[in-house]
This record gives sequence, C-alpha cells and structure tokens, in this order.
Amino acid sequence: MTQVLDLVPIWTVILGLAVFFYVLLDGFDLGVGMLYGLAPDTGARNTIMNSIAPIWDGNETWLLLGGIGLLAAFPVAFAVIIPAVYFPILVMLLALVFRGLAFEFRFRDAENKTFWDHAFCYGSAIATFAQGLVLGAFIQGFSVVDGQFGGTSFAFLTPFSVLTGAALMFGYGLLGAGWLILKTEGDVQAAARRHGRICLAGVAAAIGIVCIWTPMISPTVAARWFDWPNMLLFAPVPVLTTAVGFVTWRALSGRAEAMPFLGAIGLFLLSYLGIAISLYPMIVPYQLTLWDAASSPRTQAFLLVGTLFLLPVILTYSGWSYWVFRGKVRADIGYQ
Amino acid sequence: MSFDPVLLSRIQFAWVIGWHILLPAFTVGAASFIAVVEGLALKTGHEVYVRISTFWIKIFAIAFGMGVVTGIIMPFQFGTNWSRFASAGANVLSPLFAYEGLTAFFLEAAFLGVLLFGRKLVPPWAHFVAAVMVALGTLFSSFWILSANSWMQTPAGYEIINGQFYPKDWIEVIFNPSFPYRLAHTVIAFFTTTGFVVLGVGAYLLRRGRSVAESRTMLSMALWMLTVLVPLQIVVGDLHGLNTRDHQPAKLAAIEARWDTARRVPLTLFAVPDDKEGRNKYAIEIPWLGSLILTHDLDGQVKGLKDFPADQRPPVAIPFFAFRAMVGCAGVMFLLVVAGAWLRWRGRLYDTPLYLRLCQYGIPLGFIAVIAGWFVTEVGRQPWTIYGLLRTAHSVSPSLTGLDVTLSLLGYMAVYLLIYPWGLILMLRLVRRGPMETPEADAAVEAGRPAGPVLAPAIAVAKGKTL
Repeated sequence: MTQVLDLVPIWTVILGLAVFFYVLLDGFDLGVGMLYGLAPDTGARNTIMNSIAPIWDGNETWLLLGGIGLLAAFPVAFAVIIPAVYFPILVMLLALVFRGLAFEFRFRDAENKTFWDHAFCYGSAIATFAQGLVLGAFIQGFSVVDGQFGGTSFAFLTPFSVLTGAALMFGYGLLGAGWLILKTEGDVQAAARRHGRICLAGVAAAIGIVCIWTPMISPTVAARWFDWPNMLLFAPVPVLTTAVGFVTWRALSGRAEAMPFLGAIGLFLLSYLGIAISLYPMIVPYQLTLWDAASSPRTQAFLLVGTLFLLPVILTYSGWSYWVFRGKVRADIGYQ
Repeated sequence: MSFDPVLLSRIQFAWVIGWHILLPAFTVGAASFIAVVEGLALKTGHEVYVRISTFWIKIFAIAFGMGVVTGIIMPFQFGTNWSRFASAGANVLSPLFAYEGLTAFFLEAAFLGVLLFGRKLVPPWAHFVAAVMVALGTLFSSFWILSANSWMQTPAGYEIINGQFYPKDWIEVIFNPSFPYRLAHTVIAFFTTTGFVVLGVGAYLLRRGRSVAESRTMLSMALWMLTVLVPLQIVVGDLHGLNTRDHQPAKLAAIEARWDTARRVPLTLFAVPDDKEGRNKYAIEIPWLGSLILTHDLDGQVKGLKDFPADQRPPVAIPFFAFRAMVGCAGVMFLLVVAGAWLRWRGRLYDTPLYLRLCQYGIPLGFIAVIAGWFVTEVGRQPWTIYGLLRTAHSVSPSLTGLDVTLSLLGYMAVYLLIYPWGLILMLRLVRRGPMETPEADAAVEAGRPAGPVLAPAIAVAKGKTL
C-alpha cells in the first residue's frame, strides 16, 4: 500500500481534541455532580441538577468517541491500555450508570429521592476518581508483551495513581464550580465560589506534586523537561499555569461570572499540554509510539473523510443545544 | 480461583448486551413513534397528539437514559475483556463503531435535551425537528452497529496479514452478505416491539376507561403498523434464515438440531438435543417440512452438524430452543394482529374486553422475541467471534484471571439487577398515571377535571400560542 500522506499526526490531533473535549465537558458536569452533594437543600439541588440536565448526555458521548476513537486510530494502544485499567474502567462505568440514571430516576421517584441524590453525588465522585486512576496508570506506563498488556489487573493501583485520582476530583470540582457560577445566582453561586477556591487550592497542590513526582518515576519525562534547550522552550507552560492559577483565584473571589470557568479551562488545557509534552510520541507510555500503535492507513483514511465532515456538524448542533438552554437556570425548565 | 476467564467473559458480554438490547428494542421504535405523533400534532394541532407525545416522551426518557448508561459500557467491553479481538479486528470494525458514534450518538444526545426540556424554549417546528433527529439517530445507530455485528458473522472485503484483519473494500465490509437481512429483521423487530408496547398500554388505559381519546389513537396507530410489520417480519425472517443457510450452515444446523446431512428432512418441533451422542432425544417431527421451510423445496438438502469438526460446532440446545421461543412469539403476535384487524373491520376494536386484555398481556412479546433471536444468532455463531476466522477463545484479553472477571461480572450483575426492575417500576408508574396527568395534577384529575395545569402551557405552546 503506497501512502501519500501520513495520517497519524492528524489522528493524534483529532483524538487529542476528542479526549480534551470529554475532559472539559463531562469534567464540569461530573464536578457539578460532586458539588451537588454539598448543596444545603432540595431547591439548591434542583437548580444544580437542572443546570446540566439537558446537556450531560451529549457531554458523556465524548467519552464514547474518545474510547472508540482510540480503538479506531490506535487499536494496539486500546488493546493494551483498557485491559490494564480493567477495574478503574469497571468502577467508572458502574458509577456512571448510577449518576446518569439519577437525572430521570430522582425526579420520577419521590420516595427514593435521597438514594438518587447520593447516587448522583457519589457516582460522580467515584467516576472521577476512577478516571484519575486511569490517568495515573497511563503516566506511569504499562508493561507490554507481544502487543498485549503483560501486567496484572491490579498493577494500576499505586500511590501515584491514587494521587492523580484525588487531583482529578479537585480539577473536575473546579470546572463544576466554574459552570455553576456561570449558570446560577445567589446562594448557590456564592457556595460555588467558595467550593471553587477549595478545589483550586487542591488543584494547585496536585499539579505541584505531580510535576515533581513524574520526572522522578520516569527518566524520559525528566529528560524531556530538563534537557537544554527544552527547559527554555517549555518554560512558558509552568509560568502560564501559575499565572492562570492566580487569575482564576481572583475571579473566584471577585464578581466575575465567566472568568472562573474560563480560568479552569485554561488550567486544564495547560495541564493537558504538559502531559502531552511529557509523553509525546508515546501512546502507550514508554513502550509504543503513536506510529507503532496506529491502525492501517486505509482505516484511518476511511474514517477521516467522514470525521472531517461530521465533526463540524456535531459541534454546530451541540452548540445549538447549548444555545437553547443559555443563560441562568430557569425554575420552569427541566426537572421540577 | 480456577474459573475460566473466557467463559466468564462470554457470560459477562451476554449479560451486558442482553440487558442493553432490551432498551433499543423499545427506544428505536419509540423515537420514531414520538416523531410521527409530534408531526401529527404540528400538522393537525389536535391536543390529543400533544398529550400522547408528552406521555411517551416521559417513558422514553427513562428507557433512553438506561440505554445510554448501559450502552456506554458496551465498547469498553471490547477493550477490557476482548483485547485480542479488538487489536485483530479493529482495522476493519472500528470505523463502523466510530461512525455510529459520529452519526448517531451525538445526534441523539444533542436533540434529546431539546426534546425533553425544550418545548417552551424553541418553536413547535424545532421541537418536531428535534424529535425527528432523535429518531434518525436511533436508526443510524442500528445501521452501523448491525453492520459491525453482521461483519463478524459474515466477514467480507478484508484480507488477513499476520493474524490481523485489514480492509480491502469498504462497501463489501459494510454491506457484507448478512447485513441487509439482519438490519431489516432487527429494525422491524424493534418497531414491532414498540408497537406491542404502545398497543398494550393503549389497551390497558382503555380498559380502565382513562384518557379514552388518547388510548384509542394509540391502539389504532399501533395496530395499523403491526398489521403491516408482523406479516412482513415473518417473510423477512424467512429470508434471513435462507441467508444463514448459505453463509453459516453450522448455525442453521444447530437451530434445527440437525445432526446428519440429508434431503427431505423433517421439521423438528421439539427435542432434547444431545451434543455428546450427536442425536436428538424425544423428538417430535413433521416429515418433509424441514426441507420445505429451509430450502423452499421438498427435496432440498439440509446440512447436518456432523459435517463440521466437533470443535467448530456451536452448542445446539440454546439456539434450538431460543429459535422456537422466537417463532412462538411471532405466532402469537400474528394471531393478535389478525384478531385486531378482524375486530376493527367489525367496528368492535375498542370495546372487546377480552381482546384489550390480551393486548395488554402481549406487551412483553417483542422483548422476548428480540432476546431469543439474539441468543439464536450469537450462540449459533460460536465458537467464533469473527466467523470461521477468529475463535472466541483466542479473542479474550490475555492479562485477565478468573478472579478478575468473576469480580466484574458480579459487579455488572448486582447493578443491572438493581436498576432494571427499578426502571421498569418507574415506567409502569408513568403508564398507570396515563397521558392526561402530571405529578402535580394528580388530585385535579382524580376529581374528574380535564387537562392538568402543568400540561396546559405545553399544549398552548405546541399549538403555536405564546404564553
């Protein structure tokens, strides 16, 4: 098969974007789910839930696209990574079942409202923690034998992955707080600002620890950041992260309504970039590169044609559905 | 623990997909039904249609929500438990899954929000468009996922290099030999399932004398559709069977519990197949009918299982009995439809209590047939994941131990056994309330007043009035 164009970089960008979209979109609504558990009364809980009721399903769909996109563009990576995080994936999926059903069931099932309140909050928290475990296991790397995962199903569980699990809970909490500040008013918004500041402190601490710990467990990552001239080249990332952190803190403390959310997005973008810089060109860290794991050029080409057409369409109508539900949460729209 | 991870992974996959498929079996048809009713509401402005639509949207929302959360679990199964299948087949199969996501899931998800919550926020035509988009999404989804499943049953348009499958011709991959039949058979099955749910619910409401206009409309619409689809399904099912005979003869032999290749074979109505001895016990057979049905020729030859090496035969009992359950359901459905058509012709469709009661009992028929059919086709294609090419035993993730899969299977079992009955109860509760009412309006309707206050604005908006 002759190949005119190497599609691997294009698919890397598309998959990278899909995963980032997932992290942002489901990130804020999982975060909203966790903050929901801190809400003082049913009225506040209704408002919080309704702020994401019309859009959570679309947000979670990016998880599917991320998973299937990985399978389609880098099947070898899919076949190694997913079995390696067998239990975090299991726990995440089951937690997502409960928090996803909580939307409809809580509203339809008055006697068991409290159960579904818990399902929503703990489901969101556990799913987030499990995703953080996956992230930690990913950064630590996987053992590969004959193109398949060679470790045990419990190898994911280390102090480092527990740390990234906790870090992601703070991170999603921060995104969720940003969303609530944008979508709500009064007491709910004030509480979101307070929780947002706590989450931001957690995020800052976690980023700091991960930045020190990762180069310690991986010489590859250490070389990437600390070799000359990389040190100079990549210096803007930590500097910008610090700056965005300060701006976000000020926005949370002040009266800005959009800025906390935007700041949180900025922090996620920079952290994501940091991970990408650390691991590129590995898709199965320290074992397989993007090119090792890529699907056949025909597969990538066939899917690319449709994706380039469909992705803008999806973004357009998804944007429209956000537009329909724009503005502050209204008491008469959504579950009542 | 010495449990076999392959067997446990198979049970786990059967468990999560078996429960999942019950939801699209209803929601695919329900989405189209809602779109049609929304269209009628928009065109005629009759409140009856708005109330029917609002009623079914509530039930649909629960089923669809369950479908989403159980559906997200599915693709991850390929990675967690079937990673060798995933890496061998991904070059060919993954674009089909990806196109399902790109064309269907986003469409459904984005427009579902508007369908559920947007009636007051968008103009009536846009609400109708949202309903149509959700329905289209469910159909696109069926298209792609059944294409992928069919390719695993009757692979085409591929080449194998070093144990990996590579695509050669995408049209042949997508429109592989069993796909058109499977797609038609399955989508009709889904519409039929929804049809019997709507028919049964309409009959139930009518028997209770509630929401008479709405339930009559439901009953009538469902029955018209079923009058066309049930006979059509019997024809399509027969064609699908002929296709299976050509491409998966071992599966057909298992379905019929036929051990020896022969002409003028009988139709086995009942038997206890014995895999070890390779024969049937206690068989009840009708001479020649087997050849006639399976080959459309009294003298036709039907292949037997003994033509295949023992390690390439599917288990016999499950496809054999599941097939009879499915066909049995079809028979009952056909009788219900014929009786309904006759009653309609006599003008007694709405006031024959026995018939209404039978329709109500008929609600599970479609679900039973779908799940039975699923077992026929999936167990019947064993021991392969990619038919004739990749064995199930060689598809499983190598890192998994019996303990791993035992734990995950127990997790899935516990959660599904909790949420399915729960969801069913909530849906039944909505059915019991009927189309007129909303939670807030219970008391008002008990007192015999018409439309509840909460529904009134929705009706006004749907009729194009501003609030």
